[in-house]
Amino acid sequence: MYDIIVIGAGPAGITAAIYAIRKRMDLLVISKDVGGQTAWSGSIENYTGYQFVTGPDLTLKFEEHMRRYNVPLKEGEAVTAVKKTDEKIIVTTDKGEYGTKTLIIASGKKSRELNVPGEKEFKNKGLTYCATCDGPLFAGKDVAIIGGGNSALDAALQLIKIAHHIYIINIAPHLTGDHVMIEKVEGSEVVSVMNSTHVLAVTGDKVVRGIRIKREGKVEDLPVEGIFVEIGLMPNSDFASDVSRNSFGEIKVDSYNRTDIPGIFAAGDVTDVPEKQIIIAAGEGSKAALTAFRYLSERR
Amino acid sequence: MAKNVKVYSTPTCPYCIRVKQFLKESAVNFNDIDVSSDQDAAQEMIKRSGQMGVPVVDIDGELIVGFDKEKIKKALGL
Repeated sequence: MYDIIVIGAGPAGITAAIYAIRKRMDLLVISKDVGGQTAWSGSIENYTGYQFVTGPDLTLKFEEHMRRYNVPLKEGEAVTAVKKTDEKIIVTTDKGEYGTKTLIIASGKKSRELNVPGEKEFKNKGLTYCATCDGPLFAGKDVAIIGGGNSALDAALQLIKIAHHIYIINIAPHLTGDHVMIEKVEGSEVVSVMNSTHVLAVTGDKVVRGIRIKREGKVEDLPVEGIFVEIGLMPNSDFASDVSRNSFGEIKVDSYNRTDIPGIFAAGDVTDVPEKQIIIAAGEGSKAALTAFRYLSERR
Repeated sequence: MAKNVKVYSTPTCPYCIRVKQFLKESAVNFNDIDVSSDQDAAQEMIKRSGQMGVPVVDIDGELIVGFDKEKIKKALGL
């Protein structure tokens, strides 16, 4: 049985792991990936000590720091359930089961899905959640971006230089991102903004060929070869159904990162902590580890 | 004999960076193909893998989509 398991290896999870191992706790980190959302960030200019750093570079720094302490990491493993019994906390993954005395959930957030027919089928076959990654594969093609906030606008600005034509399909009556970005996007000849428009389905054969939308009560099929889903984020908290969560699915924590279950702590973007920032997630991770350490010491 | 390994990637995709880090650590030589600057290679990747997402790793003709450490290890015989 471990002293502590950390779920997630973004800024919160990695920081928690570093603090835990420096306290000589018997530790295991389980994570689908390393870096989390930080790895997907373009440029970061507000992480103290770095005037400018890219997401992948900061992730590498985090990872080097974690390796310096030989933190045991199960990468590519997805947690499916968390259960607390009288003796221990059981973490079930798609590959195994682990017992621990304390747990820190730092599993972050993921892209929100559309939940329309064709979405799963055409993922990576024209439908993507990462414009930064896959954008270049759509050179000269007609594409649709779903969303109307900053991440949709950011995707549009990246694709303006690459795609042939861009439809922005926005469920709201107007775009809601930063004005500077809205002006740039609306000023581009290759962009058509479609407000108050719903997505009904993603269509295609082996790859995406179009998107079915509804606006002003009419259903239309728009021929596109690429679809970029940019409709925000949701917390990775489904596996923690026993822990109290708010209406967004975020895990409720107090200022010591305690959840409503003793021995289970949470940190970073998966929690209801105000403001989602890399530096806040890192700070929360350290706080959670220190609370877990104190919890364990008091029970020895 | 060393296997012929190709990585189709874009410079900005984090999983591409992870794949390449992993191969370097495992002392595997590979050919890095940047599909954001090489449109012919991008089309070749899409045609061969049926995927429009990076990374795609080609190990002696076996295609692995995404950073799937276990599959990559198996294909490399690590």
